[in-house]
Amino acid sequence: MGKPKIATASLAGCFGCHMSLLDIDDRILKLVELVDFDKSPIDDIKKFSGRCLVGLIEGGCANEENVHNLKEFRKHCDILISVGDCAINGGLPAMRNVMPLKECLDEAYLNGPTVYNPEGIVPSDKELPLLLDKVYPCHHVVKIDYYLPGCPPSADTLWEALVALLNNKPLELPYELIKYD
Amino acid sequence: MSENISKIIKEVCEANNKDRTRLMDIVEAIQESVGCVSSDAMNLIAEEIGCHRVEVESVISFYAFLSKRPKGKVAIRLCNDSVDKMKGADEIAKAFEKELGIEVGQTTSDGKITLENTPCIGMCDQAPAALLNQVVAPSLTVEKVKAIVAGLQKDTDPSKISLGLGDGNNADSLVGSAVNNNIIKKGDVIFADNESGTGLKKAITLSPEEVVDMVKISNLRGRGGAGFPTGLKWQFTRAAQGDQKYIICNADEGEPGTFKDRVLLTEKFDLVFEGMTIAGYAIGATEGVLYLRGEYAYLRTFLEKKLKERRDASFLGKKVCGKDGFDFDIRIQMGAGAYICGEESALISSCEGLRGDPKTRPPFPAQRGYLAKPTSVNNVETFCSVTRILEKGADWFSDIGSVDSAGTKVLSISGACKNPGIYEYPFGAKIQDILKDAGAENTQAVLVGGPSGQFINPSEFSRSICFSDLATGGSMVVFDTKSDLLKVVEEYMEFFVEESCGYCTPCRAGNVLMKERLGYILAGRGEIADLAYLEDLGGTIKKASRCGLGQTSPNPILTTIKNFKPLYEKLMKKQEEGMQPSFDIKAALGDAERIAGRKSVIYTD
Amino acid sequence: MSEKTLTIKIDGAEVKAKAGQTILEAAEEAGIYIPRLCYLKELSPHGSCRVCLVKVGGKFQTACTEPVVDGAEIENNTDEIKQIRRDIVDMLFVEGNHFCMFCEKSGNCELQAVAYRLGILAPKYPYLFPDAEIDGSHPDIFIDKNRCILCGRCVQASKDLDGKGVFEFVGRGPEKKLAVNAEAKLSDTNMDVVDKATDICPVGAIIKKRIGFATPVGQRTYDEKPIGSDIEQKKS
Repeated sequence: MGKPKIATASLAGCFGCHMSLLDIDDRILKLVELVDFDKSPIDDIKKFSGRCLVGLIEGGCANEENVHNLKEFRKHCDILISVGDCAINGGLPAMRNVMPLKECLDEAYLNGPTVYNPEGIVPSDKELPLLLDKVYPCHHVVKIDYYLPGCPPSADTLWEALVALLNNKPLELPYELIKYD
Repeated sequence: MSENISKIIKEVCEANNKDRTRLMDIVEAIQESVGCVSSDAMNLIAEEIGCHRVEVESVISFYAFLSKRPKGKVAIRLCNDSVDKMKGADEIAKAFEKELGIEVGQTTSDGKITLENTPCIGMCDQAPAALLNQVVAPSLTVEKVKAIVAGLQKDTDPSKISLGLGDGNNADSLVGSAVNNNIIKKGDVIFADNESGTGLKKAITLSPEEVVDMVKISNLRGRGGAGFPTGLKWQFTRAAQGDQKYIICNADEGEPGTFKDRVLLTEKFDLVFEGMTIAGYAIGATEGVLYLRGEYAYLRTFLEKKLKERRDASFLGKKVCGKDGFDFDIRIQMGAGAYICGEESALISSCEGLRGDPKTRPPFPAQRGYLAKPTSVNNVETFCSVTRILEKGADWFSDIGSVDSAGTKVLSISGACKNPGIYEYPFGAKIQDILKDAGAENTQAVLVGGPSGQFINPSEFSRSICFSDLATGGSMVVFDTKSDLLKVVEEYMEFFVEESCGYCTPCRAGNVLMKERLGYILAGRGEIADLAYLEDLGGTIKKASRCGLGQTSPNPILTTIKNFKPLYEKLMKKQEEGMQPSFDIKAALGDAERIAGRKSVIYTD
Repeated sequence: MSEKTLTIKIDGAEVKAKAGQTILEAAEEAGIYIPRLCYLKELSPHGSCRVCLVKVGGKFQTACTEPVVDGAEIENNTDEIKQIRRDIVDMLFVEGNHFCMFCEKSGNCELQAVAYRLGILAPKYPYLFPDAEIDGSHPDIFIDKNRCILCGRCVQASKDLDGKGVFEFVGRGPEKKLAVNAEAKLSDTNMDVVDKATDICPVGAIIKKRIGFATPVGQRTYDEKPIGSDIEQKKS
């Protein structure tokens, strides 16, 4: 039997949680011994090659592509983890949740104080995924098994969590590692 | 703000002695004469009575019948209770919208008429019904709606509209209402004939302690639903330290489906006032307050006159019945559309001119109630029973009813039955017998005690009305097999969300979450695990809430999960593994599709 | 108030208490922390957040309002009570917009700290994302109602400690909101940055301008030690 596989994705996030994963420093060598990376920006594999033990999701769902991606992860991963505040509560992108989508687009592309857009075009190319009415935390869209809060969760938090899960141990974070910022 | 309005405000404040604790009376009077309590009005009121502006705003924003923004000269308040809906309230709402050319929630462009919804107005036996300001329009039909609108367009005084006259005192010139009593079954205690004054005269031959003892021996328990022993409550209030004590009659019956107090106040006011007077004697109070729900304002003038008659007969006032040292009088305090004020400590807050927030207990009202003085709050029906106990004796009373529940219970029965109305039964009456009396057929469910009570299914119809089995404040709503029960449950959850005072977290936030999840289930986007979620969440709300509202608000959902589980299971569809069925991608994309003018290529129909 | 000593039991442990004390006060003196949010020593107990819920003789009561009675047996740290507390804190998180990552109060926030202490990784309820007002009108004080948990501390503090009455609640149920004693803006009230009411917000709903993020991450109040550690230190 081969090594268990991990997949990761950044949806409506800033890649900060992925940076934090890289912050585990030399432990990454140990991680590579423990697991193989499947679909992930880290190895640039675009498509799932098979079933994964763990999926790490950074960011919430702001558009239809995020939803599609998240659902693919749910289908391919035994354990799906919301990593970071954006995955858990929408984070910064979810600040738009208090206003209608139209108002948000108008502010961003037409009316905002720093906007320069003489043609008055709101981007709507058909290659662009359609935005959702609001930014959805991942567990509003699919079932999520574990949550690792933080903006980003620290490298130690991610390491502790991965090691626990890979060793089939319960995920119990010590006080210092539970942070929402 | 015009000078005229300033003058009215100043006069109203003056008439209430610029008393901060009478803020409810002040803002109610201003609302009635000016149509709203505007921002400027708040400033002036605050200045006049010496409080902060935001305190006035705090109170106004709490009560549904008070408004910061101007409303029409007539507010048509359509009762949207589930029973009214069962009887065609939606059709009536459409008829009003059509006739007025506005939607519910709007005011006509001439500023004359506002149309809005309101929860149960205590007219379920003659639903659908509406309030036209203080005038009750029962048993509405589309034809009546047309006549009402035509009448109001001619003259905005709703009392000029001919709606007919109801039975009994409803036809009294001071009530002049089309409401009917619908007293169908009279029992031995409340609706039996009695002579006014007999109970009170008996009471003053006894010592106050003896009166308390008598009520204790009678085993009378509170009729509002909670069933606290009345004599014990009085004993505590009597024993509490205080230079002044108060008796309050809770006539804020707001539990959807209940209307018994309406009828008791119309026909048995003497029993109520006399019971309050006896209570005053027993606990050593000189003042009583009848807290009358805003929906029953049409009874106010009539009741004021009855109070005056009692004063003239020496049943109230100085030296009641000639008894030296026993002074007692009663004033009427109007509510303004807040279900929570039926909770005794919230009711006290409201009497004090505050938001209807329940108070922290302990201290209990018996120790520290109205204006921080020892206070006993009792139900309308409880006072009626007291009068009869004094008249006929404690043993006579305790012999009626069942082992742990003495006396009779007045039930308000409505919904899917031939004879909706008022029924007085000795405690111990079985649901199946009551249903037969009411002419209920094909009964799917009975809601005992209103939405804060429980939905029971036919296998439980042999249960009986009493404190050890089905305790109830008196509301009984019958649903036949035509009713969409879970839709009704959703309506009741909406009711609790709107009527929560918002003071404590579990009730304020929890009920919103309960209703949200039920909504998903009803929309076919539920899963079986949702039932456990609702039971857990409901459990927390019940355990952690501060007052009776939150402690019972999950009941519509919890008791239907318990007694009508198949109805929920039927709505559960097979859901995609691992996904959240509540998430609706098409709905989430709707805005973007409209804005971009193209359809999603990933999530096609 | 008499100084009679009473004995109560909290989770089976005997605790001495004085007559007139609340359960929360007695527990605190004995070095037992009962989580709370709306309670503040200087103010009369509010009993609204419900986080300090305990079970007294089988009945649920808020420890901040319930007086001690001799011989009372109190459940504080049971699974049932812990679950209710987590549920309540979860509710507070989802009924507001609590974005800790850009909140100045993060690290010093009592809501966040209680959630940390209860081990909450994410609320179990769906977020409601309410629309809430922000009031930046005052030169020195900023109000963000997205973060308000309606604890009532500022209402009481302004009234009872500052003698001003700047705040009150308006609306009811889920529409209940904090309001200021003016038509609309805080700058139209007599609120001052030195008022007690500026200081006592448990969350980041009322904050002083121009001092945010002054303390580095790692040195903030609850970075190292859980909320309540100071109380528990008394126990020795």
